[in-house]
Amino acid sequence: MANLHPNSGDPKVTYEYRRKKHAEEMRMQVITFTMMIFFTVIAFAAVGAGFSKWFIVPFVLLLAVVQVIFQLYYFMHMSHKGHEAPQLFMYSGVIVAFVTILAFVTIIWW
Amino acid sequence: MSTIAHTQKKGFAGTVWEYLTTVDHKKIAILYLLAGGFFFIVGGIEAMMIRIQLAVPNNDFVSAGLFNEIITMHGTTMIFLAAMPLLFAFMNAVMPLQIGARDVAFPFINALGFWLFFFGGLFLNLSWFLGGAPDAGWTSYASLSLASEGHGIDFYALGLQISGFGTLMGGINFLVTIINMRAPGMTYMRMPLFTWTTFVASALILFAFPPLTVGLFMLIFDRMFGSGFFDVSMGGNTIIWEHFFWIFGHPEVYILVLPAFGIFSEIFPTFARKRLFGYSSMVFATVLIGFLGFMVWAHHMFTTGLGPIANAIFAVATMAIAVPTGIKIFNWILTIWGGSIEFTVPMLYAVAFIPSFVMGGVTGVMQAAAPADYQFHDSYFIVAHFHYVIVGGIVLGLLGGAHFYWPLMFGTMLSEKLGKITFVLFLVGFHLTFFIQHFLGLMGMPRRVWTFLEGQGLETGNLISSIGAAFMALGIIVLLVNVVITQKNNVQVGRDPWKDGRTLEWALPSPTPYYNFKQLPLVRGLDAFWIEKLEGKTEMTPAEPIGDIHMPNNSFMPFVISLGLFIAAFGAMYHADEGKGWAIPVLIIGMLITFGAMLYRSIKDDHGYHIHKEELLDDAGKGGTH
Repeated sequence: MANLHPNSGDPKVTYEYRRKKHAEEMRMQVITFTMMIFFTVIAFAAVGAGFSKWFIVPFVLLLAVVQVIFQLYYFMHMSHKGHEAPQLFMYSGVIVAFVTILAFVTIIWW
Repeated sequence: MSTIAHTQKKGFAGTVWEYLTTVDHKKIAILYLLAGGFFFIVGGIEAMMIRIQLAVPNNDFVSAGLFNEIITMHGTTMIFLAAMPLLFAFMNAVMPLQIGARDVAFPFINALGFWLFFFGGLFLNLSWFLGGAPDAGWTSYASLSLASEGHGIDFYALGLQISGFGTLMGGINFLVTIINMRAPGMTYMRMPLFTWTTFVASALILFAFPPLTVGLFMLIFDRMFGSGFFDVSMGGNTIIWEHFFWIFGHPEVYILVLPAFGIFSEIFPTFARKRLFGYSSMVFATVLIGFLGFMVWAHHMFTTGLGPIANAIFAVATMAIAVPTGIKIFNWILTIWGGSIEFTVPMLYAVAFIPSFVMGGVTGVMQAAAPADYQFHDSYFIVAHFHYVIVGGIVLGLLGGAHFYWPLMFGTMLSEKLGKITFVLFLVGFHLTFFIQHFLGLMGMPRRVWTFLEGQGLETGNLISSIGAAFMALGIIVLLVNVVITQKNNVQVGRDPWKDGRTLEWALPSPTPYYNFKQLPLVRGLDAFWIEKLEGKTEMTPAEPIGDIHMPNNSFMPFVISLGLFIAAFGAMYHADEGKGWAIPVLIIGMLITFGAMLYRSIKDDHGYHIHKEELLDDAGKGGTH
């Protein structure tokens, strides 16, 4: 999936090839965008339907996580080459934040 | 601005203005060295007062309250205002040269980081003159710090907040520099170990400082704006501060010690005239230490009642850190093994570091065993342990690094003879001071105690410890004399003064041109300069033709932005006091100065300037590359 950027200076990446890739990319973006709207509707519906909060909170959080992943990979191009360092640091940050939150909800007594 | 402006002799005021506005990483390094050195002396004087007070039983050299302030400021100053900036000095001076860059990625932010640190440190230390210093220990545990009267803790929280912003900016700057600005051929696995440790330490700064920022903000709000995060009577929890502090605080010790490891990893191959043994395992160990550093913070809190499962997990994780550290120790020993060794002053520090640091590491593993830690906790055993790792690791690294990189930073060589005197005095003093403290701790002497009684078996040990501290102070005085003499004689030593420089920074002419590399060098392997030397060359092969070099303009804005926050901090601190109506306006004025300066910087275009090809060619005879 290299050189999807229209300003790529690589002459080997032809105009036709880029056009094709852009069309694919566009399709994925439309699909994910639809799904994100759908998820949002489900989230509102779940709250509106009055399920137990032990279901709603984890469920909405899960939907939120999926939406963040969509956002990063399909709209912010994290799936493309050249994003290894940002990925490394984002995942490291996520791990540190997760361990912190895990510790705060498990070993801090009130 | 052209080359001519830079080569002109400046008057004193001109030099001061140059340093106030500089965005050059080499000059910022010197600023960090001066400021860090100043705070190191301040922290050292505090240490001497502690040891004078504890030299004899029932001493009343300082009062109990003042003693609490001194130990708090000693710890805070040494960690935040001495060790970190001194390491930042070497990172700034060396790392961009080691990777073949012309400056750090964001020179303006580099200057901003320094001035934020400086004003934060200044604010913290002004507490001595404005109603008393913080007195709740460098960890400032919330139940104690919320109860502390006066403004001491406010100085601590606001001062560290400001200097913490600076550190965070510095860390991000180094990360971006190392990821984006390596010279052609400088792959990750060809980076010198000091660059690698700077990289990992900067990543740790990126992840560790936000918890401190959050914790400090909570403390500031609890103390100054009436919230109750840590106040049990308002439904808060005092333990939260401890977690935030140590989630930051434990990585912090690796932020400090990893660059020191990096300095030693440069010194050993240079003076053993051998390539660093096990380079890739050194890189692996560095990254692993950085990773594990985030999984162990609760070992500072074994006795707070986390429960046996949490204690066991954190104990095992802590012991695991001994493995990558052990890898490093063995690699250093095997680097020296069979080398053609030259015992210069930096090498002496490096060799002395190995046993000293291992002793600190061994007591660390002892404390990692949670049941045993219940006995060691808050005793002088802990004090002995962390001084062994911090002085035996970081301070020896800083002193060794100062001698090693002095020619790079100033173009002159510190006296080897005086350097050896400093080394002997300091090393003997260090072991004399802290070795005996292990036993004082095991005999039951509590940490942070103001004085002790006669007839409890603590007199001799404490006296020995205080005598050792005097040796260390003498060593530092000799070092200062050495610096003054060296700079007064000002004998320029030229390129590659140690003769065995292996990495890119030694390939540059001395003093380093302000644009660093006339042409970016082509890196053909690990120890890039050494490879060229083996082929009989005296300089690097250029990777590009001579062309225009884009340079940033100097700016006074970093100073103004930091000054604004410094002023605002006084307003935030005093606004809750009775009859201090001026506080809120001061807070607002300070913030206006900061945001005004930021706005000015954002609106006014500053594209820097170019050094033209012709000037570079003209420069050839005046310290250029050729």
